[in-house]
Amino acid sequence: MPVKSYIAHPHDGKYQELLTELSMISACDIIASENEEIAIVITDTINAVEDEKIELQINSIKSLKMLSMVSGFETGQ
Amino acid sequence: MIKTITNRRDFLKKMAATAAMTAAASLFPGIIFAEEQVENIKASGNLKWTKAPCRFCGVGCGILVGTENGKAVAVKGDPNSSVNKGLCCVKGYHQTICMYAKDRLTKPLVKRNGRYVEVTMDEALDLVASKMKETIKKYGKDSVAMYTSGQSTIPEGYVASKLMKGAIGTNNLDCNARLCMASAVAGFLTTFGADEPMGCYEDIEHADVFVTWGNNMAEMHPVLFSRMLDQRLRRDVKIIDFATRTTRSSMAADKSILFKPQTDLAVANAIAYEIIHNGWMNKKFVSEHCNFKKGLTNPGYGTEDKFKFKDKPTSIDFEAYKEFLNDYTPEKVSKISGVSIKDIKYLAYLYGHPNKKVVSYWCMGMNQHTRGTWINNLVYNIHLLTGKISQPGNGPFSLTGQPSACGTAREVGTFTHKLPHGVVMNKAHREHAAKIWKVPVERIPAKPTYHATEMFRALDRGDIRFIWTQVTNPMVSLPKVGRYTKGAEKADRFVVVSDVFPTPTSDVADVILPAAWHIEKGGLYGNSERRTQHWNKMVDPPGEAMADAWQTIEVARRMGFEELFPYNKETHEDEIYEEYRLHHKGKKHNMAPLEVLQSQAGAMWPFVDGKETKWRYNPIYDPACSNGKDFHFYGNKDGKAIIWQRPYEPAAESPDDEYPFWLNTGRVIEHWHTGSMTRRIPVLHRAMPHSYVELHPEDAKKYGISNGQKVKVISRRGSTILPASINERGLPTKGQVFVPFFDENMLINEVTLDAFCPISKEPDYKKCAVKIEKV
Repeated sequence: MPVKSYIAHPHDGKYQELLTELSMISACDIIASENEEIAIVITDTINAVEDEKIELQINSIKSLKMLSMVSGFETGQ
Repeated sequence: MIKTITNRRDFLKKMAATAAMTAAASLFPGIIFAEEQVENIKASGNLKWTKAPCRFCGVGCGILVGTENGKAVAVKGDPNSSVNKGLCCVKGYHQTICMYAKDRLTKPLVKRNGRYVEVTMDEALDLVASKMKETIKKYGKDSVAMYTSGQSTIPEGYVASKLMKGAIGTNNLDCNARLCMASAVAGFLTTFGADEPMGCYEDIEHADVFVTWGNNMAEMHPVLFSRMLDQRLRRDVKIIDFATRTTRSSMAADKSILFKPQTDLAVANAIAYEIIHNGWMNKKFVSEHCNFKKGLTNPGYGTEDKFKFKDKPTSIDFEAYKEFLNDYTPEKVSKISGVSIKDIKYLAYLYGHPNKKVVSYWCMGMNQHTRGTWINNLVYNIHLLTGKISQPGNGPFSLTGQPSACGTAREVGTFTHKLPHGVVMNKAHREHAAKIWKVPVERIPAKPTYHATEMFRALDRGDIRFIWTQVTNPMVSLPKVGRYTKGAEKADRFVVVSDVFPTPTSDVADVILPAAWHIEKGGLYGNSERRTQHWNKMVDPPGEAMADAWQTIEVARRMGFEELFPYNKETHEDEIYEEYRLHHKGKKHNMAPLEVLQSQAGAMWPFVDGKETKWRYNPIYDPACSNGKDFHFYGNKDGKAIIWQRPYEPAAESPDDEYPFWLNTGRVIEHWHTGSMTRRIPVLHRAMPHSYVELHPEDAKKYGISNGQKVKVISRRGSTILPASINERGLPTKGQVFVPFFDENMLINEVTLDAFCPISKEPDYKKCAVKIEKV
């Protein structure tokens, strides 16, 4: 049951759009910065397959410039 | 809508969020997150948080480990650590996960009739001791050896040295730090007469310019690199990446300058030429604090067994040195190095500018070099010629690869030639050690024996019959490893391996001793900035796994050396440290008391009158300075540093018609060295599941190779097959390939060459000739 955190960077001028898109993904929690255009994304999935799907889904967001993984935990361990 | 974290899957999600927010804070100083979200993050269950240094690289980040019900469940950066200020890298956050890998070694194993059988720890230790005694009786003291690590704790290194040198009476002790920073040691000793950097990480807050010499800090020392980037956001700071390959560091730098392999020697001399010829030399500093010397040239490359070289330094004057530099004009060096005249002059300008503070950083690029000692000397030359040294923001700084390469390998002295204080060749140093160890001085031999590469050659030849490795994986990390694996497997060799996990090295062992991991034992590490850091045991090791230091003590006692190892099992780490401190008493290297190290995130030596020393050799900061001048290089008897005349000489093996590519090897951010720990951390393993060979796009096109296709990399020693990587993480120059060495299934060290620096004896993993074939 993987839990991961990422820093999501938007393309210029697309910050709000990115937040909106991310908020539509049910397995994501988002912590948005108030003074910089980045957001922390925490994913919470039931297995590695779902985890990969979510990562692909996030990476397919057009307003996303870069997604940097920071940490990950396998809670099944 | 944007959700906040409240009560779901709580603790780990909060940890993950904290990690990301800390990382974000390093990238965007002053970043603000919504208050209610931050408040939610703060609660982190009923964990007990205990401080330790990170298990991985030489930066020595302070971490806090969260434990619950006897298990380590989380790691976060220690905000009280001046090293990382709460930040961690991706390896750091996940480190404790490897402790719970399914294939953890928990029982001692003995090879009988070609198969491993479980035995008790007592039986295994009895066997190790009896075999060691039997081998000494049959073949002599120099037939047994220990090979330890820059990841060994200070107590582990200390008892290994005491057993081999003080008890048995052989200098057959060396360590894997020989493979990563011996050239830095030899460089410091030949220039300053004393090892380790004079500055500290606080230099980052003061420097105007950072020049990284063959050093991909963004991946290898990411927390320090983040601190540099942070400074660049705040003020006018320049980062210059001087390397043979384009990396993440190059991409983040203000300027990337590429040079042909081995020609850093020539470029360093060209910078010195420019500094002198443009009148940028600090004449007062040089005349008061420097001497000039030259050594022997064409010393060879050490590829033959029993290779010997001893340098013969002779004094020269400034005019002779200046004359020598005439061979290194920017115009001449540009042709050798491929660096433009303009870029050579730009580097010299940065170093020579009277109002710019400059720090040079390096790690394996300069150290794993057949002229490693020379290139270290040459970078010191630049700082000495300009007087930019031993002051906040000015200085040469060799970064170490391993968490205690400084603390254990260099300071305790787990090299064949070293003692905890000084070297075996020096009678006074032997007497000093013998007195503290309470052994007859004549028991400590005056002559060094085998450095790492030669130690394994001796095992292959049969000069060494018994070897015990701790905290290291030489059958993946040695250059030209095929020879040494076969050597270890020969009849009448006895190999003992202490490790946490099975590895290719434990595969050749006769006895495997399961070891306690980092926080399953107490200990101390010493990082790149002379910072000693202490931690307490936090959880029990599994099964019969035991701390390496205690394994050594148990074997020593079984060999009849009980009186020399009178420590208690529960407190041995702290007792050993107190004994070890005696070796370094005095203003030049005093170690901080245990109670200081227990109460804070480490302290830098020399620790004098309750204060750490941030900048050595400068009397404003260093109480050991006593010459009444503004600098005192007290490692040398006359208090002066040496500017060395060292020429450019080619690599041991260069590309030719048959083997047309340079092979460069190195690391990636996800994996620690040979991957035995990080490949057992699922998130890191998935991020980087296997090694690869980076190719320049034009070379790939010429050979019809596309991304992911299998490529055979072949040298005169061996070959390995890896998937191609083109325009992905790194970009080698045309005619060069790069391969990370973490993957035991794609063993690139079957391909590398065991040539080394004749002075430091550190192998060159960055340069040999290969050909490639599309598979």
